[in-house]
Amino acid sequence: MASMDQLYQTLIIEHDRSPRNFRTLEAPTHEGRGRNPLCGDEVSLQLRLDADGRVAEVGFQGRGCAVSKASASMMTGAIQGKTVEEVRELFDAFHALLTGGEADRDRLGKLVAFEGLKTYPMRVKCATMAWHVLKEAVSHES
Amino acid sequence: MDVAGLRAEFPILGATSRGQPLHWLDNASTTQKPRAVLDAVHGFSSSWNANIHRGVYEFSERASLAYDGTRETVARFLGTGDPHEVVFTRGTTESINLVAHGFLAPGATVLVSEMEHHANIVPWQLAGARTVPIPVTDRGELDLEAAARLLADGPALLAVVHVSNALGTINPIAELVRMATAHGVPVLVDGAQAVGHFPVDVAALGCDFYCFSGHKLFGPTGVGVLWARRAHLEAMRPYQGGGDMIDIVGFDRTTFAPVPHRFEAGTPNISGVIGLDAAIRWVMAHDRDAWAAHEEALFADALAAVREIPGLRLLAEPRERVAVLTFTMDGAHPHDIASILDGEGVCIRAGHHCTQPLHRRLDVGASARASFAPYNDASDVAALVRGLRRVQELFG
Repeated sequence: MASMDQLYQTLIIEHDRSPRNFRTLEAPTHEGRGRNPLCGDEVSLQLRLDADGRVAEVGFQGRGCAVSKASASMMTGAIQGKTVEEVRELFDAFHALLTGGEADRDRLGKLVAFEGLKTYPMRVKCATMAWHVLKEAVSHES
Repeated sequence: MDVAGLRAEFPILGATSRGQPLHWLDNASTTQKPRAVLDAVHGFSSSWNANIHRGVYEFSERASLAYDGTRETVARFLGTGDPHEVVFTRGTTESINLVAHGFLAPGATVLVSEMEHHANIVPWQLAGARTVPIPVTDRGELDLEAAARLLADGPALLAVVHVSNALGTINPIAELVRMATAHGVPVLVDGAQAVGHFPVDVAALGCDFYCFSGHKLFGPTGVGVLWARRAHLEAMRPYQGGGDMIDIVGFDRTTFAPVPHRFEAGTPNISGVIGLDAAIRWVMAHDRDAWAAHEEALFADALAAVREIPGLRLLAEPRERVAVLTFTMDGAHPHDIASILDGEGVCIRAGHHCTQPLHRRLDVGASARASFAPYNDASDVAALVRGLRRVQELFG
């Protein structure tokens, strides 16, 4: 299993330095916001679904640790073009990956890199926060 | 001082964490326990465990004497003569809740400070009081001029921390008590972070209430102390109802046991109290001046080394403080700092340290904190500095 130091080197630092889709959208159709009361980290997420119900645009904002920022950044890349149903399936797979469940690894693709975190349960919530916000956001239109 | 000898008294200091030798620098969160404490708790549980104040048999008698005898140990430790002024609680948090419940009239104003732990803010609010804060300066010290003005408004109580858990600041309690007394304001002191670092004399401080926890004093978790002037205890409402706190129970009317038993409903944490007794005796048998000098030297070394790390900022620099190093690093969130250090076996705390108002005041969301105890040594400082340099490499 990768050490935390390796995880930071290979995955987290790069997305922390240059997070993808770190922006606000002009015309979001779905929005969500989450806060981790333990550390005070915050993330807000905006999505625009197209006429076919697929994720056309996504942006996130917030302040938090590198793990939460890298996770949100990778998530925004992974959900591009996906339907709400596919987003939910991806959430389930990611959640299972980090909590020791049966994860659909093919579906996760590059996201499996986060698997190393599951041996650090105190940090798992940092990586899943943006995903919980996403799941909540797609469940109702803004 | 003989640090190696002191370390040898703590079995856990030979443990590994993440496969590395343990470097315990989260002493403000909880301290490790010496063999004297572990043996006392284990000895009671394995050889003479019994409930107190109930049985007439040997073990119960012995447990009762040990439990109530600890009040005398605590009284001696706090520089006071009356063991009846010592109430056992679950810890500092429960001690403060007990006073909030029993001492205050609804709608009272309690003067606190911006550097209080949430445990010295929220209980007052739950009791229906209004909390008004003494401001904290940029150095991380209390603004005493503001305190004087706020005391003149006549709050029902001044509730203030002796040593800040987040910054290590030692507040001038005796001076604050003098100022408060001039306005007839009683003073509660949250001593959770003080008792592990230096001797406390409540008579010299002149305060009305003093609270601390066993586990920040090398003792067990789940046990703590409320010391209060007897006149206050006599006047306070009981906290919880139950066994052992009563005199005569009837369906129309119940009368209560004398203080301090009135405030200890139900079977208490007997093994915890026995462990607390062992911890206090253990502390008092050591040269605390030598401990303080050793901590101070380690802190000075750590401070000098971290000042060389680019982008590392101290959260505050109080003039009077214990060995607590609280900082942020440019580009690295405190939780990431703590995770990198964790990989090196170095345990520090990251977050708001249960002091959200203080962090808002100092305009940071979270910070990282390394806090020292007498059993820390140069290898702990070296591991801390090595880990922080690694953080700087990764995030700088």
